[in-house]
Amino acid sequence: MRNYWIRTWPYHALLLPAVLLCLVFSYVPMAGLVIAFQRYEPWMGIGGSEWVGLEHFRYLFSYPDSRQVIVNTLVIAVSKLILQLVVPIVFALMLNELRKMALKRVIQTLVYLPHFISWVVLGGILIDILGTGGIVNRFLGLWGIEPIFFLGHGDWFRVTLVASDVWKEFGFSAIIFLAALSNINPALYEAAEIDGATKWKQMLYVTLPSILPIIVVVGTLSLGRILDAGFDQILNLYNPLVYSKGDIIDTFVYRVGLTKGEFSFGTAVGLFKSTVGLFLIVLSYRLAYRIANYRIF
Amino acid sequence: MAHTTNGYRIFSFFNIILLCLLAALCFLPIVHMFALSFSSRAAATANIVNFWPVGWTSEAYTATLGNKAFLRSLLIAAERTAGGTALSMAVIIMAAYSLSRTSDRFPGRTAYTWFFVFTMLFSGGLIPTYFLVNKLGMMDTLWALILPGAVSVWNLILMLNFFRTLPKELEDAALIDGAGHFGVLARIYLPISMPAVATLSLFSMVGHWNSWFDGVIYMSTMDRYPLASFLHAMVVSENLTQIGVTAQDVANISNRTVKAAQLFIGSLPILLVYPFLQKYFDKGIVLGSVKE
Repeated sequence: MRNYWIRTWPYHALLLPAVLLCLVFSYVPMAGLVIAFQRYEPWMGIGGSEWVGLEHFRYLFSYPDSRQVIVNTLVIAVSKLILQLVVPIVFALMLNELRKMALKRVIQTLVYLPHFISWVVLGGILIDILGTGGIVNRFLGLWGIEPIFFLGHGDWFRVTLVASDVWKEFGFSAIIFLAALSNINPALYEAAEIDGATKWKQMLYVTLPSILPIIVVVGTLSLGRILDAGFDQILNLYNPLVYSKGDIIDTFVYRVGLTKGEFSFGTAVGLFKSTVGLFLIVLSYRLAYRIANYRIF
Repeated sequence: MAHTTNGYRIFSFFNIILLCLLAALCFLPIVHMFALSFSSRAAATANIVNFWPVGWTSEAYTATLGNKAFLRSLLIAAERTAGGTALSMAVIIMAAYSLSRTSDRFPGRTAYTWFFVFTMLFSGGLIPTYFLVNKLGMMDTLWALILPGAVSVWNLILMLNFFRTLPKELEDAALIDGAGHFGVLARIYLPISMPAVATLSLFSMVGHWNSWFDGVIYMSTMDRYPLASFLHAMVVSENLTQIGVTAQDVANISNRTVKAAQLFIGSLPILLVYPFLQKYFDKGIVLGSVKE
């Protein structure tokens, strides 16, 4: 045992700062989750606050507002997950057919860019261009379409959320598929061509089967994020007019828990989300491992 | 290609057009803001600015750069980005070195790795974290923006996977020559890992520059906001309260060019480091942990 410490103490020492930071800022808040089972008052502290058991969770499932929030989260997140898988794949396949390398570089440079710009800036831009006098409605006006209240009408708000999220991320999400496409053995295409396969047949019988494993991995892993409907994005775009259709679990926790001071209820909602999220992530990683032999480390 | 059919030629033609349109779609909103920021107020109010400034003027930039509150938030953002990235990278590099050892050299590595990975799977969430930062007395300090997110487990995994690709003989040779582990890390591993370190630093910097929510909740007054939080408060929230108001709202429209200028300055550092970022993520370091 002494020998073990003499041999390995530098490893432990190098890990110490990260372990301490992680302990304090990740594990201590987990202990703080006990306030989800209390009626927590900041001036009473955790020790002095009254225990209420599962009351907040019961409230969560009986209160119509919070049920609506769960529905909103699922509708928005599932739409995003599906499109965020389909659009990048189609885009990667299209880009893969492009033989002009210089043009390919330019297109890649432009479509990856929005990924790196924050939702604050993009939110500011979207609010401006989607306003009734904004450039998008002016463009639609050229086609005789009445101005659309993109950010002020519940259903349009959801459409805007999904579309702008796909717009921001599809390019960057396509990188992984582009990498898979460039790894396909060219001999497969040559063989298919000799057998008389058209370009379309080559796509169906060579390209798609080759990238199927990575599609399965990306798809199953995204299941773990089914309750993440886009906190950053929504907080930068939403307003009281669209709370009924645009409020998601995370924004609800912030609005009710922090800004209205219902700390315990907010924590309970957050705990519900983290717990379901934990199950989903573990499940999706196991699936990805079973189906495609994927491992993160 | 000899077998190119007419059908494929037509497909290629439309493919190129569609791809160019998509690329333009990703870029034009930013160009529009740029055009707006250099346009005159009258042109912005009349809604005639498209992708080129109308009535060229730099008065929106004069106004923005003369605004003390804006400059102060810019400075705070620069501080948190520099400090936060330096601290986070130092902590991550040290931890990644230990975790990248094989289990027979460092039997504790699996336990440590799970200790970190578990925080990716489950978290205490917003409110307990908020109370913790409050209890630690870090409200209104730069620490609140730097420390809670310092150990990015994702970056840690990327870094340790990179270290793992380095030959073990490097460590052995240096240890035999009398260097300690700290020496091996600082003088051998670090210099040859500079590309990975640079990439992760850039991503960390972008993350710090763009985060705004921590500033909003941990800073009690706006004069302590980093730039992203400032922009959220000035440009986004202010607009949102006026969303139901008609386009004739004078106060909203008259400073539209200033808002555009603020947003553009806010994203300028990202646009500047972007070419360097792209050089690395194309090579796949971002996907370094993906094993097929």
